[in-house]
Amino acid sequence: MKQIDKYPHKPKPIKPDMQQNTKAGGGFTDHLKAYRDQHAQSLFSSLGRLFSTPFTSTMTIGVLALAIALASGFYLVVINLQQLTTGLEASNQISLFLRDEISEAHANKYADNIRKNPNVRNVKVITKKQAMAEFKGFSGFGDAIDVLEKNPLPIVIEVLPKDSLVGKGALTKLFEDFKKSTEVDFAQMDMAWVERLQSIVSTARLGALLLAVLLGLAVFFIAGNTIRLEIHNRRQEIIIAKLVGATNSFIQRPFLYTGFWIGFLSGVSAWFIVTFIMLILRQSVENLSGLYAGAFHFLFFSYGETVILLAISSTLAVFGSWLVLYIQVKQLRPE
Amino acid sequence: MLKFENVYKRYTETGDVLKNVSFHLRQGEIAFLTGHSGAGKSTVLKLIALMERATRGDIVLDGQKLSAIKERHVPYIRRKMGFIYQDYKLLPDRTVFDNVALPLVIAGYGHQEVSRRVRAALDKVGLLSKEKKFPLALSGGEQQRVGIARAVVNKPPMIIADEPTGNLDPELSAEIMALFEQFQKVGVTILIASHDISLIQKMNHRVLRLDHGQLVAS
Ligand SMILES: Nc1ncnc2c1ncn2[C@@H]1O[C@H](COP(=O)(O)OP(=O)(O)OP(=O)(O)O)[C@@H](O)[C@H]1O
Ligand SMILES: [Mg+2]
Repeated sequence: MKQIDKYPHKPKPIKPDMQQNTKAGGGFTDHLKAYRDQHAQSLFSSLGRLFSTPFTSTMTIGVLALAIALASGFYLVVINLQQLTTGLEASNQISLFLRDEISEAHANKYADNIRKNPNVRNVKVITKKQAMAEFKGFSGFGDAIDVLEKNPLPIVIEVLPKDSLVGKGALTKLFEDFKKSTEVDFAQMDMAWVERLQSIVSTARLGALLLAVLLGLAVFFIAGNTIRLEIHNRRQEIIIAKLVGATNSFIQRPFLYTGFWIGFLSGVSAWFIVTFIMLILRQSVENLSGLYAGAFHFLFFSYGETVILLAISSTLAVFGSWLVLYIQVKQLRPE
Repeated sequence: MLKFENVYKRYTETGDVLKNVSFHLRQGEIAFLTGHSGAGKSTVLKLIALMERATRGDIVLDGQKLSAIKERHVPYIRRKMGFIYQDYKLLPDRTVFDNVALPLVIAGYGHQEVSRRVRAALDKVGLLSKEKKFPLALSGGEQQRVGIARAVVNKPPMIIADEPTGNLDPELSAEIMALFEQFQKVGVTILIASHDISLIQKMNHRVLRLDHGQLVAS
């Protein structure tokens, strides 16, 4: 292919100082400044690049934001549930219904014994009479019960375990021990369901952790794949840069910044998604929490959690990008 | 400046592409590398640019044995050379200015130094007025001159060109050659691969001729 070119300028003579010098001009501080400028330039030009392809960027960031929102939203739900069970822990109480033949004196002696147990905070004996009075007032069967010849109610010992036992196997062990003693007909842990709830919450917490790990890996791989496509699109540019002496780290830099922005913007989007959903949920949950005497405050992301969320999102995306860059930029050779 | 000592290059698929090639280019010398298509001209240049490694023999550039250069030091060796290609290898989405500035930005020059040198290089190839244009808006000859400006902007001691006039008419080719001679005058060593016999004959420079991978004239 022949090109017609009007070439109006004749080449100018070269001054000797134009050539010969292969060392970069300027001192060390100039280089440092240039290096810093390069970083700043990459930081903003990579953001500019993302905005210049709004459709692709939105898709990528959307997918990442949903993954991050899912993981962090589940985390917030667990945190809130945990708060719910914490409020209930204090009312753990064990009721021991004594066998019918046990006398009041015997019951008091037994109660004294229980008091010596270091795991017990408080013990209260409810005699047959007290129990009957309580039952009459409570059930409304007062007259009917008067007909009975014999008081059918057992003596009850209410045991309040130490708070420190809550949530640990020790509480169950204490309960089992009471069950086994000869005086006890049957024992009941009033708040056994609290422990059950707690174990549900801790299972959910484990689930949230595993989910976060999986979705974190997804962020890692999606970011890596996005960068892989970006490398592919800018193949020619990379090769030319290599031909004129670019190091691998120089080539990788703008891509790493792209990875950072993808992760960071996804984290920010996820924050808004989760906060929005939580605002919707708050009303109904707070109605429910009225049942717990207002001890419940709906938790959103704290400042610290927000920082951590953004840091983890950006870091994962940067690492995913870095891995792909490390492997692919090395492989891209001229020709 | 550049020395080839019994250099062999073998590709597993095509066998020995270069056989026992030896020559020595002194500083400030211009040489044409010629030969039939497939003779191995581009291969010689790729070895110098460290795009490929010699199978056997030594290549010494500016006192450094290229075989001893580790992969991570290759970029720094490339900065000592200016490469010019038949297909220009310009970035289509960057302006002429940014294309020429690339080697300087890579080498870590400051803003002002970059501007100063890019303008000087563009001035030399007569394209200062087109610095804001994009490569595709230029003619082939102008694009080639942008490529030349990029090759010399870093003031490398050596310029290597692969068919630099392959796409240009004789008049333009002569102008490009005149540019090379000016660089030669200030001590730049220049190696030009070309099979443009008429152009080579017109100019009175050293000719290295390759025939099936062997150097038959130097
Ligand atoms: N990467 C490669 N793998 C295998 N063989 C190769 C490779 N590159 C070049 N060759 C072979 O080496 C030989 C010389 O190629 P080279 O490109 O050096 O020729 P050339 O002299 O530049 O030819 P032309 O004038 O057509 O550009 C050719 O036979 C080619 O097939
Ligand atoms: Mg060739």
